[in-house]
Amino acid sequence: MTESILTVAGLNASIEGQQVVEDVSFEMLPVGVTALLGRNGVGKTSTLRAIMGLIERSGEVTIAGERVDREPTHRIVQRGVGYVPEDREVFASLTVNENLRLAERDSTPNRQLIEELFPDLIARAGQLAGTLSGGQQQMVSLARALVNDNRVLLVDEPTKGLAPLIVMDVAKALERAAQTVPVLLVEQNLQVVRMLADKAIVLEGGRVVYDGSAEELLGNEALTKELLGVA
Amino acid sequence: MSTIILLLITGLGLGALYFLVASGLSLIYGLMGVLNFAHGSFLTLGAFAGWELSRRMGGESWGTLIASMLLGMVVGAAVAAATEFLLIRRLYNRHIEQVLVTVGLALATVALFEGIWGTDPIYVTAPPWLSQTTEILGARVPNDRFLMIGAAVLVLLGIVAFLRYTRFGLIIRAGVENRSMVTALGIDVRKAFTVVFAIGGAAAGLGGVLASHYFGYVSPQLGGSLLIFAFIVTVIGGLGSLAGAAIASVVVAILQQFANYFWGGTGDLMVVLLLAVVLLVRPTGILGKKA
Repeated sequence: MTESILTVAGLNASIEGQQVVEDVSFEMLPVGVTALLGRNGVGKTSTLRAIMGLIERSGEVTIAGERVDREPTHRIVQRGVGYVPEDREVFASLTVNENLRLAERDSTPNRQLIEELFPDLIARAGQLAGTLSGGQQQMVSLARALVNDNRVLLVDEPTKGLAPLIVMDVAKALERAAQTVPVLLVEQNLQVVRMLADKAIVLEGGRVVYDGSAEELLGNEALTKELLGVA
Repeated sequence: MSTIILLLITGLGLGALYFLVASGLSLIYGLMGVLNFAHGSFLTLGAFAGWELSRRMGGESWGTLIASMLLGMVVGAAVAAATEFLLIRRLYNRHIEQVLVTVGLALATVALFEGIWGTDPIYVTAPPWLSQTTEILGARVPNDRFLMIGAAVLVLLGIVAFLRYTRFGLIIRAGVENRSMVTALGIDVRKAFTVVFAIGGAAAGLGGVLASHYFGYVSPQLGGSLLIFAFIVTVIGGLGSLAGAAIASVVVAILQQFANYFWGGTGDLMVVLLLAVVLLVRPTGILGKKA
C-alpha cells in the first residue's frame, strides 16, 4: 500500500466564529494530482487554508507522517508545503524577480524549472507584478511555489478568471510540476481536472462525500451532476 | 523675503523632527496594523539617554553630540524591540488591547521618567555652532535646523536603502502589502515585526536627541507633544507610506510655521484643519493605499 503524503483527519475550521469546514478527513496520493472538488462555497478554499494554518482550525494534519496542525504557517511551509492561493496574491508593488526572491527558502532555488516553465516571466523579471495580466500573475504565483523543492503543493483555483488559452498554459505547467511533486488541486474547470487529476475528493457542506478515482467520478455523468452540479 | 526663507527652513527643521517620529509609526502601522501610542516614550528615553551621556562627557564637542545621537538611536531601538517582543507580540490583531497597552505604557513611562529625572525641563548644551545662525538670502537661520534636516534626510535614505536592498527590507515591503501571504511563503514575519519596531525606535531615539537641541531642553513630556503631530503627519501622509510621511512632515511643519507667524499663532489649528480636509477629500492620505 502506498503511504499518503498528506493526511487530514477530523479537520474543522472556522472564520470569525462561522464553521466553514466540518470533520473533513482524506488522504492524498504521494504522486500526481489529487483534485479537491465541490460546488461553490462548500469549503474547498477553507480546507486548503486550514491545512496551511491560515485560519483557525482543529483536527489532525500530517505531512509525510509528521503532525503539523499545531505549527504556525511558516513552519508548515518550511516542511515542504508549497501554496498557490486563490486570486494569486502576488505582491503588486514588488517586481517579478522580487516576488521569486522572496519565496526562495534556500540558496539553491529551482530557477531552471522556472525558466523552462515560464520563460515569459524571466523576460519580465524587472516588471512590477501588479502591472502583469491575470495569466502572468498566475504564473508568478505558481513559480513562487515551484522555486523550492516541496513535498506537496496546494494549488487553489489556478485557472479562475483566465482566458482559455492561458488556462491550458497553466494546466500544462501544473502537469509538468506534478511530475516532481504531488499536487492537491482545487479547481472548478472540469476539463482541467480531467486532464490532470488521478484522484478526486468531493466536499459538500464542509464534509467529504466522495473520495476515489477522478476518472470514475467524471466518467459518471449522473454522479458528477449530483455532486458537482455540472456534467 | 528673508522671513519667508526663515520660515521655510525652520519649517523644514521641524518637519525633520516630525518625520523621525512618524517614519517609525508609519512603518509599524503599515506592516503590523499597530497604532503605537508608546512611540513618544522611545523618543523621550532617547533624549534623556543622549543628555545623560552629554553631561558626563561635556556637551560642547561634536564628538559628544554624535555619540549622544548614536546612544539615543541604540536606546530607542532596544526599548522598542523589547516592547514589541514582550508586549505587542501577544496582541496582534487585537486592536483594542494594543491601544490600551500602548497608551498605558506611554502614561507609565512618563511617570517613570518624572520619577527619575523630575518634572522640570532640563536644559541641554551643544556645540556652539548649533546656537549660531547662518545667513541665507538675507535670513538668519539657526544652525541647528540644518542638523535636523541633514539627520532626517540620512534616516530617510538609510530606511529606503534598507527596504530596497536587504532581504528584511523585501520582507517588510511585501508584509506591508499582504502579511499572511508572506507567512504562506515560509517566512517568520514576526522577526520582521521586531526589526521594524527597532528601526522605528532608533529613528525616534535619534529624533529625541535632536528635539532636545531644537527646543533647548529635555523633559518627560517631550515625546508626547511631538507624537500628536507625528500621528497627524502619519495619517495625512497615508498610514504605512514612508514617502507619504516624509511629504506630510514637511507640509505640516511649514504650514504650522507660516500660520503661527502670519495668522496670529494659529499653527496648531491650521494643522488640525488640514487633517480634517485630507480625511474628507482623501481618507487614505496623500500616498496611502485603499483598503
